[in-house]
Amino acid sequence: MISTLASSEPRQAETPPSLIDVRGLCVNYGPVRAVDGIDFTIGAGEILGLAGESGCGKSTVANALMQILRPPAQITGGEILFRGEELTHLGKEQLRRFRWRNVSMVFQSAMNALNPVMRVGDQFVDMMRAHERISKRGALARAGELFDVVGIDARRVRAYPHELSGGMRQRVVIAMALALNPELLIMDEPTTALDVVVQREILQQVRELQQQLGFAVLFITHDLSLLLEFAHRIAIMYAGEIVEEAPAAAFQTSALHPYSIGLMRSFPPLTGPLEHMTGIPGSPPDLASPPEGCRFNPRCSFCTPDDSDLYRLQTTVRPRLHEVTPAHFVACHLVEAGKR
Amino acid sequence: MTAALEVRGLSKHFPADRRLRGRSYVHAADDVSFSLRPGTITALVGESGSGKSTVARLIARLYDPTSGQVLYAGHDVSSERGRRAVRRYRSDVQMIFQDPFGSLNPVKTVRHHIARPLQIHGVVPRGQVEARVHELLDTVGLVPPERIAKKYPHELSGGQRQRVSIARALAVEPAVVVADEPISMLDVSIRIGILNLMRELKEARGLAFLYVTHDLASARYIADDVLVMYAGQIVERGQAEEVLQSPLHPYTRLLLSAVPDPARGEGDLLQVSKGHSAAAVDPVDACRFVGRCPLAIAACSRSAPELVEVSPGRAARCHVTAPSTALREDVHEQPVR
Repeated sequence: MISTLASSEPRQAETPPSLIDVRGLCVNYGPVRAVDGIDFTIGAGEILGLAGESGCGKSTVANALMQILRPPAQITGGEILFRGEELTHLGKEQLRRFRWRNVSMVFQSAMNALNPVMRVGDQFVDMMRAHERISKRGALARAGELFDVVGIDARRVRAYPHELSGGMRQRVVIAMALALNPELLIMDEPTTALDVVVQREILQQVRELQQQLGFAVLFITHDLSLLLEFAHRIAIMYAGEIVEEAPAAAFQTSALHPYSIGLMRSFPPLTGPLEHMTGIPGSPPDLASPPEGCRFNPRCSFCTPDDSDLYRLQTTVRPRLHEVTPAHFVACHLVEAGKR
Repeated sequence: MTAALEVRGLSKHFPADRRLRGRSYVHAADDVSFSLRPGTITALVGESGSGKSTVARLIARLYDPTSGQVLYAGHDVSSERGRRAVRRYRSDVQMIFQDPFGSLNPVKTVRHHIARPLQIHGVVPRGQVEARVHELLDTVGLVPPERIAKKYPHELSGGQRQRVSIARALAVEPAVVVADEPISMLDVSIRIGILNLMRELKEARGLAFLYVTHDLASARYIADDVLVMYAGQIVERGQAEEVLQSPLHPYTRLLLSAVPDPARGEGDLLQVSKGHSAAAVDPVDACRFVGRCPLAIAACSRSAPELVEVSPGRAARCHVTAPSTALREDVHEQPVR
């Protein structure tokens, strides 16, 4: 725990606070609400996977946690607690220290995260010295150590970003993110731009490091099959809301929300029988005017006027997350009515 | 069945370094041969840098080959220079690109994108252009066509834009469609829709598709045949199900093991060998995969394996799993690490 946040006592003495506790978070881009009242927690040392399609608000959530939203994006409601401490109240200096030390982030495009005209080692030194009193030589030595940890030859600290392959650049970024032993690492589509083999190597390494060092991970991706292997718990976002949340194993065997099931069925299998697949008809809604009731209702095959009572609910009342089995939450009228 | 398009010994070498011009070359494609049959989808799979897009571009005549031929209707079109012949070929062989955002003109309507090739290639008389545009939009599932035709690209979703690209490709009634990563930039829930559309078109119109992808699961879903490329060479080929269920080449196995597949059961991340698929710069006479290969034997560093046919239509380029007769005795050597 770091000085900025360690000073105050946790508010709730009865239950130990999670590392991250998000309650009713809303984020607006001007009049458009991109994230609409979501709740989730991340425990210490836990890997939470957040999946959804582009535009569902998953990256906005990551940026909100990191407090790097830029206008017009703005948090318009709810709270984000880090070890029980409200993040949105932190001052500029506190925030500066909080970022990287407590929570660090790896973005999708490593090329854009690194300065192309600086040696990667020097970028490391800059970052270290912005956060710690450390000599240049000491920082460079630490960079070498961390390169070793993520599987890059320590001598590559002298390389420029363009001299490294995409996978190596992403490893450099991960090494930098881990430099100050953060408690939470946010990874926003960290391997989407990489080849499958490299992706697997990197994720393998992150998981090993996560087990050794015990940091928590918020892993954001559109690739659900990747999450099923990598994450402990999975949350599915659709149109700014979390529609289902469950432990990875439970999700794989018994996902309940029609959208989750549609997503699972969007990936053709590599083994086993091949069936005709349909994906999900239609496309995600325009968040400037989201559908009334359940936001998935225009694409949902279980939403038909045949069942008029249910249909009225689905098209007028927003479903809320409720617990169907321990730790498995779903926001769906159909499930709530016991029809699935 | 006769081939719609055949590629024979196709190679493309790029100068590797400006300072070494004329001395050092990247072998982006090396001696690539295959044929595309009408009514089938052939998947060309590999990682970035494997040369798969180079092959697609050679077929589309966006590059001139260093050597080798692209045979269409019995003619070598890669060396064709005549304007009319090139135009003819370009209407018979169409391409669909990865980025549905970059491949449509943002200030032109959907109608324009589809009507234009109809006019340029004189596919239908002027009076029927409108009707044909609507028909094509309907074919690719963009309904109601009258409304969609009036829209601009920014008013469409990624999936809809890719459907417009497909309609545009179909407008000139091609025999061959080269689709270079057509779904990789689309949202997961609509990818299957595009794959299904390709499959329908193949069946309904007897099109020959070359589906260039890095996504093995999607290749398995729609392809009849699979070609696996590594460092500029085809290292394995055969029927999709055979190649993906019982791969011969260790690289195909590596690729398969790296794909996240929840259906495979307890998904502990497999240990894979380090290294990455670099393009071949001035390759020596050895297997290009030898540095990463867990099965490597002495012969692999001594000579480059040929693409050996192990059963009809099934071939692999590996001294160990598909030895040529000359090297067969070497196989019983101990693997060297």
